[in-house]
Amino acid sequence: MNRGPAAVAKLSLSYVILIILSCISLFPALWIVMSSLKVGNSLFSDTFIPKSFTFEHYINLFQNTSYPLWFLNTLKVAALSTVLGTFLLLLSSYAISRYRFAGRKTTLTTLLVLQMFPGFMAMIAIYVLLNTVGLLNSHWALVLVYSSGAIITNVFVAKGFFDTIPRSLEDAARIDGASHMRLFFSIMIPLSRPMLTYASLMIFNGSFVDFIFADLVLRTEEQRTLAVGLYRMVSQRNSTEFTLFAAGAVLVAIPVTMLFMFLQRFLVEGLTAGASKG
Amino acid sequence: MQKKTIAVLLSILFMGAGQLYNRQYLKGLLFLFIHAAGIYSMLQYLQDYLRGLITLGVQPSAMVKVGKLTKMVEGDHSIFMMINGLVALLALILYLFLYGLNIRDAWLVGRSRDQGERPHHFIESLREINRKHFAYMVLALPAVAILFLTILPIIFSVLLAFTNYADPILPPANLVDWVGFDNFVKMVNLKVWSSTFGGVLTWTLTWAVIATFTTYVGGVLVAVLIQQPGIRFKKLWRTVLIVPFAIPSMISLLVMRNMFNNQFGPINGYLRAIGLEGIPWLTDPFWAKVTVILANMWLGIPVTMILAIGVLTTIPKDMYEAAEVDGAGSVQKFRMITLPMVLFATAPIVIMQFAGNINSFNVIYLLTSGDPVNSNYQYAGHTDLLVTWLYKLALNQSQYSFASVIGIVIFLLVASFSIWSYRRTRSYKEEDMIA
Repeated sequence: MNRGPAAVAKLSLSYVILIILSCISLFPALWIVMSSLKVGNSLFSDTFIPKSFTFEHYINLFQNTSYPLWFLNTLKVAALSTVLGTFLLLLSSYAISRYRFAGRKTTLTTLLVLQMFPGFMAMIAIYVLLNTVGLLNSHWALVLVYSSGAIITNVFVAKGFFDTIPRSLEDAARIDGASHMRLFFSIMIPLSRPMLTYASLMIFNGSFVDFIFADLVLRTEEQRTLAVGLYRMVSQRNSTEFTLFAAGAVLVAIPVTMLFMFLQRFLVEGLTAGASKG
Repeated sequence: MQKKTIAVLLSILFMGAGQLYNRQYLKGLLFLFIHAAGIYSMLQYLQDYLRGLITLGVQPSAMVKVGKLTKMVEGDHSIFMMINGLVALLALILYLFLYGLNIRDAWLVGRSRDQGERPHHFIESLREINRKHFAYMVLALPAVAILFLTILPIIFSVLLAFTNYADPILPPANLVDWVGFDNFVKMVNLKVWSSTFGGVLTWTLTWAVIATFTTYVGGVLVAVLIQQPGIRFKKLWRTVLIVPFAIPSMISLLVMRNMFNNQFGPINGYLRAIGLEGIPWLTDPFWAKVTVILANMWLGIPVTMILAIGVLTTIPKDMYEAAEVDGAGSVQKFRMITLPMVLFATAPIVIMQFAGNINSFNVIYLLTSGDPVNSNYQYAGHTDLLVTWLYKLALNQSQYSFASVIGIVIFLLVASFSIWSYRRTRSYKEEDMIA
């Protein structure tokens, strides 16, 4: 292709802007990784790349804090919420999408209205409820709240997805004598893999990084999750142990970021579906 | 008398009696059991709980003389009474619903017996439910979870707005009372509250508009930049620019809080290195607002970018070619083709993002915690949004009733924006579009 000088200038300018944007987008991540490898514990450093590298903060994290325990707690809560939440979400959105039952419109409107209340508003009541049932300081409380919350936040995306799956598939299976449950598990679930991936990733991420509700419910240090522990580390000890925080932050961010990058394709699909709402 | 009439009358009289008359013994016993349990708990608890909900307790904690000693006697705990009352009310509604079902069932079975059909066995009935009412069965479990973990708490919080449950009136030491719309009136008329409320509301709306606008325009521009014909490594640029979306926002915001640190943060470090003065990013009211908006752009632009790229790839190429033939330059092509197409396809998201930004708790709370403190405000800072103010009021200051008022205001704000847009979306209208 031959391009005029104006076009070349325009392209070069575009590349320059793209490079600057890429730097901005990567800077925080690179900076925190560099900080976590830095000697000492202060926030200040005179060079971007530290003069000497050390892994002592990571070792410190594992030896002197409850980090490994928090990690296991988080994994447990996030995994259970993801499984339970995705299951409930799929079942309910499938039923809402496919069956015409009395009260269906009301259900849809209720879910819509519930989405609009700020989540924190209900926290005090949930706290008192959990207290009366004796579930305070328990991971199950978190799992229950996260998975029921997941239904409300994702039901419209999931329902929109099911709406796009052609009916003829089910009709064929039904003629062959498949039951409702059979239909759901062996036809709808495999077909909804992109949405399933998107929804479960969202639920996993949500429960992985929640530091507010978890902080309210979990009362003891052994029960804490990573997000709570990390948030407390920053808000209480402040920047005196900055490098330790940096190491912790890197370790929390890595699994979620990796998942997001690997599952990028599904995410894009899910986002687009969620945006046009079906 | 017809069998259906007898069955219905019996069922009204006593839950399950109609089913027994219809010779559906297992079902009948099940209903009988529910009835017995219902009556027992009604006599035992219901009255007390409902009265508790209405009065919110009459017996305050007090020192009582027992013989020669004075002892602290615990009074009624208004908040527990309120929750118990609500649960009792829900249970009552559920019970009445079952009662209705029982009557309907007796009538239906009675009718089919009148027509000479044999009533179903219990197993047959179960199978029938699975076949005909699959949706209800499937939705039962999520419905119960949502009822207790979302609906009940929200009703409770809304009710709190009509009580005086705010520091210093805290149970169990004090009794909480219903006060009607007092809190709403105070929020508008009482100087301390109204000036904070007005200020925070104004900033919330300003923030929502700016945050939505900057991320949206930024995202579309970046998408256009990447999708330009002639740009190579499109996939690489996209992947690099998507990174902010992949990192958990809680982490990146905490990291940024350190990056923007006035004294030791790297950003001011670089500014000083090139001979400029450092900027008070997080401590000056104006710059703190700039900082949260910049951070929000960093977080939000990738999302719009992904969506906009999705739209851009669907714009047919011949539209551009036709425009070129007509002699349109790239600015004109952008203005007349790209922008309208993207705007049209993403209009619903803009409204949703706007509603979402009203509630963006993480950005403010993790970056500035609402600071710098505004001395004219009641428990709020310069960058506090309604949500973060709500959080502070409830969890740090124990001003529960005022927090609930704010919650209701947020709900009304968000609801008015979203209902308007949701009603126009396909997922809501749908109704068997795909046969």
